[in-house]
Amino acid sequence: MIVNASRQLCDETVCFVGIGLPSTAANLARRTHATKCTLIYESGCIGSKPTRLPLSIGDGDLADTADSVVSVPEIFAYWLQAGRVDVGFLGAAQLDKYGNINSTVIGDYEHPTTRLPGAGGAPEIAASAGEVIVIVRQGSRTFVERCDFRTSVGFGDGKGDRERLGLRGRGPQIVITDLGILRPDDEGELVMTALHPGVTVEQAIAATGWPLRVADDLEVTDPPTPHELAALAALRAA
Amino acid sequence: MGRASIVSLREAVEAHIHDGDTVAFEGFTHLIPHAAGHEVIRQGRRDLTLVRMTPDVVYDQLIGSGCAKKMVFSWGGNPGVGSLHRFRDAVEHGWPRPLEIEEHSHAGMAARYVAGASGLPFGVLRGYVGTDLVPHTPSIAPITCPFTGETLTAVLAIELDVAVIHAQQADREGNVQLWGLVGVQKEAVLAARRSIVTVEEIVDELEPRPSAVVLPSWVVSSVCLVPGGAHPSFAIGYSERDNAFYRAWDEVSRDRDQFIAWIDRHVRGTADFEEYCRSVGIQQGATRV
Repeated sequence: MIVNASRQLCDETVCFVGIGLPSTAANLARRTHATKCTLIYESGCIGSKPTRLPLSIGDGDLADTADSVVSVPEIFAYWLQAGRVDVGFLGAAQLDKYGNINSTVIGDYEHPTTRLPGAGGAPEIAASAGEVIVIVRQGSRTFVERCDFRTSVGFGDGKGDRERLGLRGRGPQIVITDLGILRPDDEGELVMTALHPGVTVEQAIAATGWPLRVADDLEVTDPPTPHELAALAALRAA
Repeated sequence: MGRASIVSLREAVEAHIHDGDTVAFEGFTHLIPHAAGHEVIRQGRRDLTLVRMTPDVVYDQLIGSGCAKKMVFSWGGNPGVGSLHRFRDAVEHGWPRPLEIEEHSHAGMAARYVAGASGLPFGVLRGYVGTDLVPHTPSIAPITCPFTGETLTAVLAIELDVAVIHAQQADREGNVQLWGLVGVQKEAVLAARRSIVTVEEIVDELEPRPSAVVLPSWVVSSVCLVPGGAHPSFAIGYSERDNAFYRAWDEVSRDRDQFIAWIDRHVRGTADFEEYCRSVGIQQGATRV
């Protein structure tokens, strides 16, 4: 999952990064094929080159190694909102078939079953980043027909919704899971386009809470190379 | 306008933070004013509306201690670790008291702070459109651009009774300087009627730093010398983030009785931050780097 996510970035990518899997993937990219990839953290760090994996978006290392450190209002207004971010990474507690994301509550908003941390930077990353990469484990409780709460908009209720809502970015163009890769079709519905080696279509369907469509030309992802695995191990050990 | 008084943290909290106030203890993962939050728990403040973009451990402690009636926020978690268990218990089960919430996105909260600091009634941004935050949060509303006709989003300005921040330095006049990750602290102080700044050190003269924020003494109410007062958060140039503490908090805060025992022993059972540091076994200001 992390290796596949890292492969989506290149030297020219300006990437808005959250903590956890996205940060690991982006830093792996910087240590393998995309050494010049620009990382932006919402704490205000532009062009961070962390020497180890940060636990939080505010780790001192991110600021110490940044090209520039700006205030939080500036990072969201001048850099994200104004369209200077190519790729935003998002995770999800729930993801629906149109790529909408819930990171707010499971259950009813007023009487939640599970209160999650909330929106953070996600709604505007989903709206304004050039495109969004979602990294999430695939399971029937996570991949739902409809999110309990729409924290961040993917393709809304389908075709044309992003344009209708005035969202400038292209939305979630790729969803990377532990089972494979999904991409939106012309209607904005997520379709399974690749599986990791050894994963079956039945497994993917069973792990999806909506009637999952599978691409005719379903691919198998390239397994992680020894170089990628070694770089990932070194990153985690640093 | 008056200059900042240089007083003890106990005196500053007594003077400036009252029951029912709207208070922001700001800090975006760096320079979080933990010591000031503890003093508020010690003094038993009630019915506070707590404002912060990223409420973390100190808000968990304030909420679990029964100080808050409402929280205004955009992301409430223990960064890199997981949930805030006291916050969740308050929202999910009303313990120790129900907690009203008003939630935004980071971009929206940042725009609200800027509007508050600017003396405007609202901030404007491209955001929230199509999300379920709109129907649940009355301080979000659509607005039409008078020049282009485009529909944008307005968010109500944040107005605080008190802003509380931690900074690296103040001088003897009460001018404050902070640097590194500066978050929304400047905006929070300027959006507040009163402000308390705890600092790592008080110097004769502030030495200018690249990309530092300087708050002149006349926009600050009180400055308090509290070295290490951000712990387990940190102050660039003085200390490092105590990641082990954040991880350990997950276990402490999971259980109500264990949480109360921790607060009673280390916060309510200590006179000030110096005693707190001895109680939890950290050396105040000793992590200087």
